[in-house]
Amino acid sequence: MTGLPRWLDIGVLPLVNLALALLAAAVVVALVGEDPLEVFAVLLQGAFGPGALGYTLYYATNFVFTGLAAALAFQARLFNIGAEGQATLGGLGIALACLSLETVLPGWLVALVAIAGAALFGAAWAVVPGWLQAYRGSHIVITTIMFNFLASGLMVWLLSGPMMRPGQGSPQTRLFDEAVRLPAVHDIVRALGFEAARSPLNLSFLFALIACVAVWVLVWRTKFGYALRAIGHSEEAARYAGIPVRRAVVAAMALSGALAGCMALNEVLGVQHKLVLNFSAGYGFTGIAVALMGRNHPLGILAAGLLFGALFQGGAELNFEFETITHELALVIQGLVILFSGALAYMFTPWLARLLLARNAAHA
Amino acid sequence: MPELWIDVLTVLDGTARLAAPLIFCAMAGLVSERSGIVDIGLEGKLLAGAFAAAAVATLTGSPWAGLAAALAASVMLALVHGFACITHRGEQIVSGVAVNILALGMTVVVANALFRHGGHTPALGAGERFSPIALPFAESLREVPLLGPLYAELVSGHNLLVYAAFLSVLLVWWLGWRTRFGLRLRAAGELPEAVDSAGVSVSALRYRGILIAGLLCGLAGAYLSIAHGAGFVREMSAGKGFLALAALIFGRWRPLPVLFACLLFGLLDTVAPRLQGMELPLIGPAPVALVSVLPYAMTVVLLAGFFGRAVPPGALGRPFVKEH
Repeated sequence: MTGLPRWLDIGVLPLVNLALALLAAAVVVALVGEDPLEVFAVLLQGAFGPGALGYTLYYATNFVFTGLAAALAFQARLFNIGAEGQATLGGLGIALACLSLETVLPGWLVALVAIAGAALFGAAWAVVPGWLQAYRGSHIVITTIMFNFLASGLMVWLLSGPMMRPGQGSPQTRLFDEAVRLPAVHDIVRALGFEAARSPLNLSFLFALIACVAVWVLVWRTKFGYALRAIGHSEEAARYAGIPVRRAVVAAMALSGALAGCMALNEVLGVQHKLVLNFSAGYGFTGIAVALMGRNHPLGILAAGLLFGALFQGGAELNFEFETITHELALVIQGLVILFSGALAYMFTPWLARLLLARNAAHA
Repeated sequence: MPELWIDVLTVLDGTARLAAPLIFCAMAGLVSERSGIVDIGLEGKLLAGAFAAAAVATLTGSPWAGLAAALAASVMLALVHGFACITHRGEQIVSGVAVNILALGMTVVVANALFRHGGHTPALGAGERFSPIALPFAESLREVPLLGPLYAELVSGHNLLVYAAFLSVLLVWWLGWRTRFGLRLRAAGELPEAVDSAGVSVSALRYRGILIAGLLCGLAGAYLSIAHGAGFVREMSAGKGFLALAALIFGRWRPLPVLFACLLFGLLDTVAPRLQGMELPLIGPAPVALVSVLPYAMTVVLLAGFFGRAVPPGALGRPFVKEH
């Protein structure tokens, strides 16, 4: 879309944008009165130091799911900024499956139902805005924003009423049975006879990797994926070519919502083992940054997901090391990444093209 | 009856207080979107304004300096949005998301750096914020039946910015529908090619629209932290920018209907906590959480066109490419 050769578009542009975002963040750090290099060193140490890798991958799991969700919708030029709400509903699907079935069915079967529940509930929360966009012409950005608030209202109501843990005053469900929880990676590794540090990393990371492959196959190796990309390039042309645009839009949103809903696998079924308020914690919005940075490609999203995982885990370390810099610096960097690699994507493209392609032009 | 009348007035008084920031933000969105620029960054500008106002009011002791800082902070974010969307024709939605997240992070980072207070600013004293203004004769007229309490309870006793919020509606209406600038601004949002062929710069018009939006969001931010509240708390905008966006759509991008939408949403917000613990016929305990998201549900239904129809400005979200 940028008119650059693929290697520049995919390989160099994201790095330039990241460098710009980090540079701007360094200015903020310097203005606050700390040494940017020292801060970034602590960030890196916090993200990849001993025992930290599990946490980094745990955060990355969330970001890969929400990044894929945003990217899949982007393929058809749909802005799904409702991943927060869809993840929230995914959590509800998990909780309903676990709380109602865990005494009836064996644990592994309940877990399977819960996984399906996460995807289905997330999809359902995205299908409505998708359908409204396709058949009633309401703008998907606005409806998905509204659905985020509707989801959080629904959750406050459910968790402080019908689904609240009996005998307690806090807005959360009771804990799920041990048998239905997703196993932690450190438990699996220890069972195999190796040493492993405790971390929240669980089986969902594997699911996230599988989702990356599935999205790649879907988008670049199926008829449906072709339809999505055609719509993304030109809705008019897609319609003219006989692609059922409306149905494809609804289906794209359903799949995008299902991916966002799967983020809850990591948080609810993997770590919290209960449904709590606001477990999505802005990760849905981070997914937009991840998708933009990863150029909507599963491999790029995996890399960007790891980067943001490192940023969030390393950011948590800042709270202990500095008096003035806290983990919200990660949010600042995230905002800058969205700005540079999304909204200002076209600012440096011509400049980059001139700089790097000048030699080729001279040869020609 | 007098007790009921006083109750009604108290609820309406609360409505005005809760609607004020919505009115500012919705008017900001109206001006920006009428010029053709989608503004989902209202929330971020509101938050940045609230922080800047509280921080500077704390440091200088003057609410006016706080207000000026709020305007500056909000306008700066508006200019970032404009630079991305107008100058570089970037995606307006993406830029709005960036503005929101940037504001969320920056306010806490700077608050921690300045005050080391967990992302808050210290509580403001009486002289450091805009306090309620008693209008003339409010107390002496209180005894007049019906109208006396109306004047004393509802009309009098708000801070300066509440009055400014209502005034901003009048101002936006006058500017947008009674001046040449307003006509051109709206044309830039409907059919920018026509504006361009008349020899008027679409970019300049849209920049002005975005600037006005920045100023209005700054006022809303100052209202939150140094008029209604007494200091900045992290994430204190709490979705009000998005609620204002809903009101903007609910009022179909027209000043007076948008004002009514803000008042309606403010009323729901005032009434919802009062329903807490109340038993409603058929429903049982009042689902307060569901009442408070009613505005979002109503906006979705309206957008879907099941009753009425909300048609956005024709060129909304479409970058303008000048032909050579």
